[in-house]
Amino acid sequence: MSAQLNYNIRNQELEIVLAGDFIHNKTPHADLLSAIHNVKNITFNAASLKSWDSSLVVILFELAKTAQSQDVKIDWSGLPANLQEMISLALTSSATPPTREVQKQDFFTTLGEDTLNNYHSLKQGLSFIRSAMNSFARLLGGKAIMRKIDFLFALEGCGYKAIGIVSVVSFMVGLILAYVGSIQLKNFGAQIYVASLVAIGMTRIMGAIMAGIVMAGRTGAAYAATIGTMQVNEEIDALKTMGLSPMDFLVLPRISALILAMPVLTLLSDIMGILGGAVVGIFTLGIPYESYWDYTWDALFLKNFWVGIFHGFVYGWIISICGGYYGINCGRNADSVGIATTKAVVSSIVWMIVITGVLTVILQEFHL
Amino acid sequence: MSTPNIKIAAKNLTVGYGDYILLKEADFEVRQGDIFFVMGSSGCGKSSLLRVLTGLLPPQAGQVLINGEDFAAATPENKQHIMRHCGILYQSGALFSSMTLGENVALPLQQYSDYTPEEIDELVELKLSYVGLGGFKDFYPSEISGGMKKRAGLARAMALDPDILYFDEPSAGLDPVSSKHLDDLIRQINHSLGTTIVIVSHELDSIYSIGTNSIFLDAASKSIIARGNPNELVKNPPNETVYNFLTRGGEKHGK
Repeated sequence: MSAQLNYNIRNQELEIVLAGDFIHNKTPHADLLSAIHNVKNITFNAASLKSWDSSLVVILFELAKTAQSQDVKIDWSGLPANLQEMISLALTSSATPPTREVQKQDFFTTLGEDTLNNYHSLKQGLSFIRSAMNSFARLLGGKAIMRKIDFLFALEGCGYKAIGIVSVVSFMVGLILAYVGSIQLKNFGAQIYVASLVAIGMTRIMGAIMAGIVMAGRTGAAYAATIGTMQVNEEIDALKTMGLSPMDFLVLPRISALILAMPVLTLLSDIMGILGGAVVGIFTLGIPYESYWDYTWDALFLKNFWVGIFHGFVYGWIISICGGYYGINCGRNADSVGIATTKAVVSSIVWMIVITGVLTVILQEFHL
Repeated sequence: MSTPNIKIAAKNLTVGYGDYILLKEADFEVRQGDIFFVMGSSGCGKSSLLRVLTGLLPPQAGQVLINGEDFAAATPENKQHIMRHCGILYQSGALFSSMTLGENVALPLQQYSDYTPEEIDELVELKLSYVGLGGFKDFYPSEISGGMKKRAGLARAMALDPDILYFDEPSAGLDPVSSKHLDDLIRQINHSLGTTIVIVSHELDSIYSIGTNSIFLDAASKSIIARGNPNELVKNPPNETVYNFLTRGGEKHGK
């Protein structure tokens, strides 16, 4: 039987008659709510009500709220006892929500607050770097509490397990570099210099940058997520209350592992990039095998090689510090871990590019 | 006298992970309107059994019948259909942190009902009012307390007027007053709506206060070693393990 909701008004009393099955009922009730304006009492006749769910309770709940605001009395006794109980539960158990202050700020206040926040973030970041350096100094002095197993575990994660992805990406970059370079060089019949272009490009900077970008996305993100989750699980609080430094215990093994692994990964990236370039040079551009390797060898300056390795070492610091910083300063819910991870990767890459720019200028000044 | 309506039935149910078996060839039934407790010491497989009952973990063997339908063997579509009649409150509330409480409760209504947005709004307000959170619709989970999160989780579990409500450790992390309020709420939902309640818990106060039926899982024998009303079980415990659990090692309990 379908749901029926009828009402009649007599002597300022509204009688609501409910009949049938109120299951997933969509009976409009706006008329009923507006009918309350003219009455003082509301009663119910639910003798023919067979079954009901929330779709009926919600109508009665809305009715009760409207009646309450207009000082209309409701006699619920005509309803089944269990239905009365649910309405009573909805009406009586609500806690008062705290008021939220909505502050409207003018442009200059917002600008000032943002500037101050950025200043405090910068100060916090510099303090973290100083703390990391102190921790590293303690490690060199044999005073830091760092478990060897944590260091080895981190080294495995950012060293041996990263070989595959760094190799593939660097090989492809070497390949692309050779193709792009050949477009212009062949106009001058100078395709042979593709070998020099790839060798210099990869060893001086591209090898380090590619290894850095891969490691920022792979390892930097993992550091922030792991340490951030430890923050959520109160593991960092536990370390602090035990008197152990989270910097020594959590960040230091990761920094040590990455600054050790990054120069090696940069070297690997250099080799794989040169191999990628060779594949294009020898097999696609038709440069003789011996000539290609002669030109490559001639372009491999030790100075460029060391500059690349040094960049890799610096990137290791940047990535591990960014991962550790955002992990340690992560909030305490699931969203915060995602935000910390994103910030760690983005800031690692941005800082890598900024520092590369600064280093390039400095190295040029010193003719390196 | 008519046979009580069986809502959930487990037949020869084996629960475990690979070779690691937690519960072997268990049989039990949950009747309509029961407040059914799954009890047992830590590690006996209570939460894993709940995962099987709610379809998150396939059983190693046996059947789970919900309203007579074999839930474990059902197709994904049928499973979804069966689960629309079930609500689950997880230990932490499991609210989606990026959504307000109102959006959390509205989600199942938007997905599985043909109510208009206005009707959904009214239903959300009603469900939140049931659990004492009327007016908190626009708050985010991060802005409310742990107890409130559980109640909001219950409002979401009740969104589609389920026949069966599952609770995983509802009292965990709550202060005694909040815990009692939640027990009262569970009892009232059960009494007024006739909802069948299945609770995984080892909170003795709740077990004695609202439990009408129960099973006791034993880690050593990987089986059900006691069943029945917890207040009856404490008077006549079938063995020492059940006695020690229900009396907290000898303290007197029960109604």
